[in-house]
Amino acid sequence: MTAVIELDRVSKDFVVMRKKGRLRRERMTVAAVDDISLRIDTGELVGYIGPNGAGKSTTIKMLTGILVPSSGTVRVVGLDPQRRRVELASRIGVVFGQRTQLWWDLPLIDSFDLLRHVYRVPADRHRANLRRFVDLLELEPFLHSPVRQLSLGQRMRGDLCAALLHDPAILYLDEPTIGLDVVSKARVREFLAQVNRDEGVTILLTTHDLSDVERLCSRLVVIDHGHVIHDGTVAEIKTMFGDTRTVVVDLEEAGPSLVVPGAEVVEVDGPRQWLRFRRSEVTAAEVIAAVVGQARVRDLSIEEPDIEDVVTRIYTSG
Amino acid sequence: MRLYWEVLRRGFRRYSTYRAATLAGLFTNTVFGFLKAYILLAVYEQRDVVGGFDATDAVTFSFVTQGFFVMLGAGHLELADRIQSGDVVTDLYRPVDLQAWWLAQDLGRIAFQVALRGCVPFLVGSLVFDLDITSDPALIAAFALSALLGIVVSFGHRFLVTLTTFWLLDYRGTSQVATVVTMFFSGMILPIGFFPDWLEALARALPYAAMLQLPVEVLLGKHTGSDLLALLGVQVLWAVLLLAGGRVLLSAASRKLVIQGG
Repeated sequence: MTAVIELDRVSKDFVVMRKKGRLRRERMTVAAVDDISLRIDTGELVGYIGPNGAGKSTTIKMLTGILVPSSGTVRVVGLDPQRRRVELASRIGVVFGQRTQLWWDLPLIDSFDLLRHVYRVPADRHRANLRRFVDLLELEPFLHSPVRQLSLGQRMRGDLCAALLHDPAILYLDEPTIGLDVVSKARVREFLAQVNRDEGVTILLTTHDLSDVERLCSRLVVIDHGHVIHDGTVAEIKTMFGDTRTVVVDLEEAGPSLVVPGAEVVEVDGPRQWLRFRRSEVTAAEVIAAVVGQARVRDLSIEEPDIEDVVTRIYTSG
Repeated sequence: MRLYWEVLRRGFRRYSTYRAATLAGLFTNTVFGFLKAYILLAVYEQRDVVGGFDATDAVTFSFVTQGFFVMLGAGHLELADRIQSGDVVTDLYRPVDLQAWWLAQDLGRIAFQVALRGCVPFLVGSLVFDLDITSDPALIAAFALSALLGIVVSFGHRFLVTLTTFWLLDYRGTSQVATVVTMFFSGMILPIGFFPDWLEALARALPYAAMLQLPVEVLLGKHTGSDLLALLGVQVLWAVLLLAGGRVLLSAASRKLVIQGG
């Protein structure tokens, strides 16, 4: 595997002025990204998550050459992004969920045609790419409608197509599913998986929608306060931070909270009770046995933590 | 070059989609043409010639400048909105020259406007007044060149104003000041020959005259021979200076962005 993105001990400091007294201001240095090392190989689909202000966008801006790191080195497809920004531009595609590169007043197809000239894509190559993406993203019905008339989901699909027409090796996506309904989200995810699998495009995805990550990404990088706090598979992060399980029991009749060694009743709703325990301390079988010994149980189930809970715990514990 | 031609075409098409706005603008421009013409004619009740213009020149000037009004545009470019909202980041990812991109788009916009808004106020005005422009084909050609240069000077100025958004984070103030100053010194409100001598001298020393007053003077046949060449030379000079200033400011802006972040 060859690395397409390499960050080696990268930091980015911003200088902010803080008011101090009536007129005096103090210069303060804030590290948005603090000593991050990261290597992403060709064809990976990586989820890059973290709370607001964690340093995600700063990282992406350094990867496109718009920001220069304060220290450390960045290499994207072997290039120094800031020095070779124009050369790099034709190797990457970028989609911001909240921005668009499409021409608002003109038919969608017009923006696509212009991109052929922006990136100097040969005409036949452009035609073939356009046909493929129009099919995959089902753009045909509104290809000739002005962009301002499109729904958010349609516009996002248009932006995805626009970002890929010049055959980029890497696609950066900043919250591509923000504001989309369930059906549109599913369609965007399906498309991204397909592009990654069939075209070998390396994808770096930042999102706050963790179901995006769970459905799509083989690898998850979590950053907070400028540090990488996890880098591994989704399953790994769940076992690492998601040690807890919850047994949900429906009793024959409502009663006081059960007392089970190693488990804690976290919620009671009539005859239903939720008991949380750590797998490392007690087994599910032991918890269930203790419950059955105290009360008559009508039904029970075991809940695994979803990634949402896991990440909430990581953010709040950090 | 092909790319910027394509951008120009899209600029043209974009503005052609706003039909109602175009018609409303056309109506307003024409009405203001009459307003200006009647105000200036009141002046000519007292005098035969003001600042080298006779009454016919002044009325013709009124209608021609109304046609030009839209070409001067607002004090800023739409790029200002993109800088303010941060959308400009997506422009910087692309392998394109930002200044050339917006110049091409502005030329496309003007190419559309010139076809309608440049001609209609003049034609309507000529139904009521005796309008007189040069009939010399060489001077008409010189006017076309001078008008194009005027548009580039105007673009160069608006591009500079627009880029201040990177520092001020809001363009409305600078844009409003720029609009008022442009209107006044370009001859849009009053031919600059109507100003007191010192003010006229000042106006002619500024780039604004090169946007509007000078091209219209060419159309009225006020300049010939070496005088005309000197005038075009002044326009070229301003165009080059303002565009070069725009490039310097743009690289400073992207450096600021690169160093300080969005």
